Amino acid sequence: MRSAVRIQTEDFDAAEEWRACRDRCGGRGGALVAFGGLVRDQAAAVRSLYLEHYPGMTEQSIERIVAAAGERWPLLDVTVIHRVGDLRPLEQIVLVLVAAAHRADAFAGCAFLVDYLKTDAVLWKKERRVAGDAWLQATAADRSRRDGWREAP
Amino acid sequence: MKVAVRFFASLREAVGRECMAVDVDPPTVDALRDSLARRLGPAAQAALTAPGVRVAVNQAIAHGAASLDVGDEVAFLPPVTGG
Repeated sequence: MRSAVRIQTEDFDAAEEWRACRDRCGGRGGALVAFGGLVRDQAAAVRSLYLEHYPGMTEQSIERIVAAAGERWPLLDVTVIHRVGDLRPLEQIVLVLVAAAHRADAFAGCAFLVDYLKTDAVLWKKERRVAGDAWLQATAADRSRRDGWREAP
Repeated sequence: MKVAVRFFASLREAVGRECMAVDVDPPTVDALRDSLARRLGPAAQAALTAPGVRVAVNQAIAHGAASLDVGDEVAFLPPVTGG
């Protein structure tokens, strides 16, 4: 499995990553699944989302999640790009791009990665709200989605 | 024995600083946390001992009993929220 983990402040081009992944897989990849996470502002209450990381440890924490996905499903190619810094509503936060020979593996690998990023990646989010700033917490729902992968066969 | 201490996210704000050099004796994670709590005041103490706070020594998660070496980087990490 080829994999890449990038932490960056600048934006990324999901279409470009998709094309590059397709090219790398050649004829072996029959399925590509991408997840894009965006800054949400349901009630027009969020000015921006600030993401903080621990250079080095953050990359390692995500590489461990990617390796775990690669042990569980026959994935060909995994790209995780996670942005940090101050991001406005609608901006891209994260891209998880997974290629496999078959769609079931690509879907499962991508969902696993996204669920574990929420709970196990060394990153912190602060919402800068109109009403004041607040550091976000992983929710019980986030943890239970991750734990669901532990029980699955 | 001197180690480098770093604070992240909500802990950085509660402590009011990003990093500091600290003399610690005995050289363990627990002793360091106690000494920081005494030194940095009640708000920092509450934050550093809050549930879910983890400590990394040279970027690897460590237990309270873990021993420290000269020049180690000890980071206090609040619960994470990625994705």
